[in-house]
Amino acid sequence: MGSKEKISVPFNGTAEQEKALREMINAHKGQQGALMPVLQQAQEIYGYLPIEVQSIIAEEMDIPLEKVYGVATFYSQFSLYPKGKYKISVCLGTACYVKGSGDIFNKLCEKLGISDGKCTQDGVFSLDACRCIGACGLAPVMTINDDVYGKLTVDQIDGILAKYAE
Amino acid sequence: MVNIKINGVEYSVKEGTTILEACRENGIRIPTLCWLKDINAIGACRICVVEMTGARSLVASCVYPLSKFDEGKNILTHSPAVLESRKMTLQLLLSNHNMDCLACSRSGNCELQQLCKELGVDDTTYFEGAKNEYEIDYSSKHMYRDNNKCISCRRCIAACDKLQGIGVIGANNRGFATSIACAFDMDLAETACVSCGQCIVACPTGALSEKDDTDKVWQALADPEKVVVVQTAPAVRASLGEAFGYPMGTPVEGKMVAALRRLGFDAVFDTNFGADLTIMEESNEFIDRVQNGGVLPMITSCSPGWIRFCEAYFPEFIPNLSSCKSPQQMNGAITKTYWAQKKGIDPKNIVSVSVMPCTAKKFEIGRDDESAAGIPDVDIAITTRELVKMINRAGLRFAELPDDKADSPLAKGTGAAVIFGATGGVMEAALRTAVWKLTGENADSPIEFSDVRGTEGIKMAEYNVGGLTVKVAVVSGLANAKKLLNQVKNGEVECHFIEIMACPGGCVNGGGQVIQPADVRNFTDIRAERAKALYSLDEANTLRKSHESPDVKEVYAEFLGEPGSHKAHEILHTSYKASNLSK
Repeated sequence: MGSKEKISVPFNGTAEQEKALREMINAHKGQQGALMPVLQQAQEIYGYLPIEVQSIIAEEMDIPLEKVYGVATFYSQFSLYPKGKYKISVCLGTACYVKGSGDIFNKLCEKLGISDGKCTQDGVFSLDACRCIGACGLAPVMTINDDVYGKLTVDQIDGILAKYAE
Repeated sequence: MVNIKINGVEYSVKEGTTILEACRENGIRIPTLCWLKDINAIGACRICVVEMTGARSLVASCVYPLSKFDEGKNILTHSPAVLESRKMTLQLLLSNHNMDCLACSRSGNCELQQLCKELGVDDTTYFEGAKNEYEIDYSSKHMYRDNNKCISCRRCIAACDKLQGIGVIGANNRGFATSIACAFDMDLAETACVSCGQCIVACPTGALSEKDDTDKVWQALADPEKVVVVQTAPAVRASLGEAFGYPMGTPVEGKMVAALRRLGFDAVFDTNFGADLTIMEESNEFIDRVQNGGVLPMITSCSPGWIRFCEAYFPEFIPNLSSCKSPQQMNGAITKTYWAQKKGIDPKNIVSVSVMPCTAKKFEIGRDDESAAGIPDVDIAITTRELVKMINRAGLRFAELPDDKADSPLAKGTGAAVIFGATGGVMEAALRTAVWKLTGENADSPIEFSDVRGTEGIKMAEYNVGGLTVKVAVVSGLANAKKLLNQVKNGEVECHFIEIMACPGGCVNGGGQVIQPADVRNFTDIRAERAKALYSLDEANTLRKSHESPDVKEVYAEFLGEPGSHKAHEILHTSYKASNLSK
């Protein structure tokens, strides 16, 4: 029962998104090994793969929901949670990690009240741990959307988040 | 043929034989954990590794088919490298296992424990490190999942998906975080799990177990206010002996009854009576449907796993289900109505216990419309395994018990009843009575319908009965049921009467039966061996058609009237409804 954490952000799928999803699944009907491309395109449509979306995929493709979920949780490219308006990525690559990005990451978890891969309930921030973004000279590094923050210390976090919080 | 050497000794084996099978054919047992023949050949657990000339590393023998390219190679099955690797694999598994052996439901019958002993694991904490901790899922009525004992072998997943076509459990996440669970980590009870228990009998460890209801039985037995009665399903007597050292397929009916009496039950009944009663009602219902334009094909309703499957996956077939309660429920219903009246007992004081080869029976007793006397027909359903526990706890030396007989009028079963426990048995029993009825009630009407016997997943037969052509189908294993029902839906198959049993091979191979390790399952056809016990009991019975049962005759004469009567409907029939649990 890994993490029993329930997904807290309500599902806001639109009729257009559902139409696009069903058409896309239909285009893959009868195709062997279609689950991966279907999941990839579904994530393009919705930004993530909530139970509502996975249930439609399972039903339309006539496969158990668990099989869909098993694949969705196996690959790190799939997300079960939506991304926030501001998408925070903290580099946990070797250089950043040695320079203390683990502490930065933990501070963000604590501050936002979410864990890796999740989104705050108001949909403002989401948090992901990422691997090397090629800015090791600036270690430890995090990005918020397109903004890059380097040579970070834990006590800078409050100030940076305040810039984004409306 | 391929010529190979095993530990230096030359052998010639058929091309395509796996190394593991080649060794087994020649007297060498290679240990396994994940391999289940036909459904789980994934080479994942690395217990079956062997050394082979020319191979870069150790080879998983369960998934290595021998070919002409292996000509002359030598296979080492117990070299130091092999034994060391197997032992290390076990120690790595233990590093993420709670090792709660003393309090484990599978202690003494656990494949992991057995292998640790066999391979000389002398240090269980050799690889100390991170351990996953899981909440136990107690949500279902019939079983619980304790992932702290799971070794991720995926045998349960294979049973659920490949045998049953259900797939509500699978592997979630990745690497060390991998856990065997349901989609979105739902509780099992939120899913369309049908409670068949095939995952439990596939599990090598104590990760999956039936809910143990024996304490409730002990409590009832100790209560002087209660009249505690028990019934045993046909298939139980075909497997119970395995737990007490009898060869598989030995019928142990007499000792089973003696054991139940010594456990303290006030009356020992036999579900065979309920089975005969089911045939009376079901054959009557079938003839009525045929003659009066009812919904066809009619489908049997004895298997509660199948009923749950139908309600969740094929609700459009609900009108096809026979309205007959299962034999367990019929026995229970007659106990709390007819028998209670006859004995002058308030049905509220009766505790009705059933011993079943089945975990879905634990679910069935709580269904709606299964309470003829206004209270549940059956109060506690325990599995064959739980009866074994009770017999052992009471210190009964099973093999030394005398043979005893169950108590009429809910006891004397015909040969037709006892074969209910094997795939095709319900159909054959129904045909014995239906043909007799449709051909002028001639005592010489046919007894054996061999076309519907055997362990094949889907069987079809056609009979000419009194000028009427009756097409029947017999299915076991829900993946096969899915296949056949889709064919019926598409008009590819036409038939009048279908028998469906949830478990492959029928109740003899039920999810509540004595657990046989993979080592036995992979090389013995358990379904066929246990079925032999039932067919031998049928053959030995002087009464082989349900309508010939004196107990059944008595109950109709004194209480129910005719099959299909208003009273019979009130007491012996039930209803179904579609479910929308997560699939």
